[in-house]
Amino acid sequence: MSVVLRAKDIRVSFRKEQQSSLFGQERQQVLHDISLDLREGECLGIIGESGSGKSTLGRVLSGLLKPEGGRVYLEGSDIYEKRSAKSKAALQHRMALVFQDYTSSVNPRFRVENIIGESLRIYRKAGGDCSHVRQRTYELLDQVGLPASFITRYPHELSGGQLQRVCIARALAVCPRIILLDEAISSLDASTQVQIMDLLSTVQKSLGLSYIFITHDLTSITYLCNRVLFFQHGRIVEQVDQISQLSSLQTAYAKHLLHSIMGLGVSDSEQEQADLLVSESEISSLALVNDARKGADSPQAGAVMAFSSKPSVVG
Amino acid sequence: MLKQFFKNPLALMCLVIVGGTAFLGIFAPWIVPHDPYANNILNKFASPSWAYPLGTDQLGRCVFSRMLYGIRPTLFLSLVVMLGTLGLGVLLGTIAGYFRGIVDEVIMRVVDIMLSFPSQIMILAVVALLGVDIRNVIIATIFIKWAWYARMIRTATIKYAEMNFVLFSRSIGSGNLYILTRHMLPCIAAELAVLASLDMGWAILNISTLSFLGLGVQAPVPEWGAMLNEAKNVMASNPEQMIVPGLAVVVLVGAFNFLGDSLRDALDPKAVRS
Repeated sequence: MSVVLRAKDIRVSFRKEQQSSLFGQERQQVLHDISLDLREGECLGIIGESGSGKSTLGRVLSGLLKPEGGRVYLEGSDIYEKRSAKSKAALQHRMALVFQDYTSSVNPRFRVENIIGESLRIYRKAGGDCSHVRQRTYELLDQVGLPASFITRYPHELSGGQLQRVCIARALAVCPRIILLDEAISSLDASTQVQIMDLLSTVQKSLGLSYIFITHDLTSITYLCNRVLFFQHGRIVEQVDQISQLSSLQTAYAKHLLHSIMGLGVSDSEQEQADLLVSESEISSLALVNDARKGADSPQAGAVMAFSSKPSVVG
Repeated sequence: MLKQFFKNPLALMCLVIVGGTAFLGIFAPWIVPHDPYANNILNKFASPSWAYPLGTDQLGRCVFSRMLYGIRPTLFLSLVVMLGTLGLGVLLGTIAGYFRGIVDEVIMRVVDIMLSFPSQIMILAVVALLGVDIRNVIIATIFIKWAWYARMIRTATIKYAEMNFVLFSRSIGSGNLYILTRHMLPCIAAELAVLASLDMGWAILNISTLSFLGLGVQAPVPEWGAMLNEAKNVMASNPEQMIVPGLAVVVLVGAFNFLGDSLRDALDPKAVRS
């Protein structure tokens, strides 16, 4: 499998708001020499607590924030290099974003057709074939499981799950190779989450996309991702190359995260002991549920499974 | 949004006042009973009558006709001032708020300098420099007032520049011009409408003030501020001469200010829900 996205030694720091001297230049290091590879057709999960810098990394990877050091290569070309408008457009449309907060991720004054139309416009500008805008919009809506009649609706006339589907359609419209999902499902309820994840994995299979999945929720990572990076204080603390080996975590932080997902309900002193006894059975039960969900074709079946993986049942 | 606005009786009344005034101003030549410049010294300070609905002034000119013709410089020059300041303010404010960095620094420091001068004194100074003429008054007002707008619009722009839909647009490579015109402008349009209607009142007052001081519209041309100025000369003998133009300015400025308030209420999403 070829590498579609490679980040090398990414360093980002922000100027501190509170400086000790009047014209101080103290900076807060947010990302420390992050390197990662994304291979074709895989889903890379990035998990970490709030403020660990994972969303900043997302911005760097999507070309919104130029890092102080390091380079980002998208299919072999550096995305922060100066280049002509045309080749820049050709490069940028290969990556699309889906955000967590679906309410602010679309312009409230745009209809669904305009929302998708904006992406189609970019695709056309980048040299893609898109002569039948309306036809293509219908196709995209169909692809994400929305009826064609939604084309004239405004965002406030859609539910959260529907809006997130529109966001996915918008991301697909530029025919990307990579979709970066920044907490894309975290603000949805459990059953909708599963439906959206099912949609994402179907789309991934049919279009051969690569995903970068940024989240703080381990359950969704196990559902979708092939590899996981654990993120803490701007560093990758652990990397799991096989999702089935999630039980063999080394670092305390990753274990702690895993435990909080499992909801063992142990106090901190007991946590140490529990760390030693990472209950293999629970991990495998998680993986089992996961496999079952992957096998389930209908969203309803998936939804039922999702509830069974809730801490109260598992823990 | 508009429904909310039209439900407000105060807003409707203000709209009717402003609309009616504009209508009277536009169609003044067909409505006025007399030529606003025709003087008849024998009939000065006449009381209101059918022939002269609001009486006559110190030169025997019809006050009603002069008031109607006065709408044109008062309202339409204010509109020009408002559009000019708005245009310049929106342009520089959105550029500063959207691009940030060094562009923002330069524009905002210029704004700081502009705002550190007392605006009326600056306008007087600029008019003194360029010569007494209504065109110079307009140029001076726009030159002084844009900074205030630019600052307000920059704040609104910053609020929307970090929204996810703008980030998405940037990430897939939409041009800056596209983002500014399709995303930014419609989003700040609500704020703009409020600013514009509030500022209209200020512009009317400003032009009337400068005309009253003799710096704006010159003597024979009917203008509300200039009419007040002429009435001031006979304040001791005929104080009623000041009532009509004075009242007109108060009502129109008040209407614009209330309009701004109602627009703000109507555009506030929280107010819609309650």
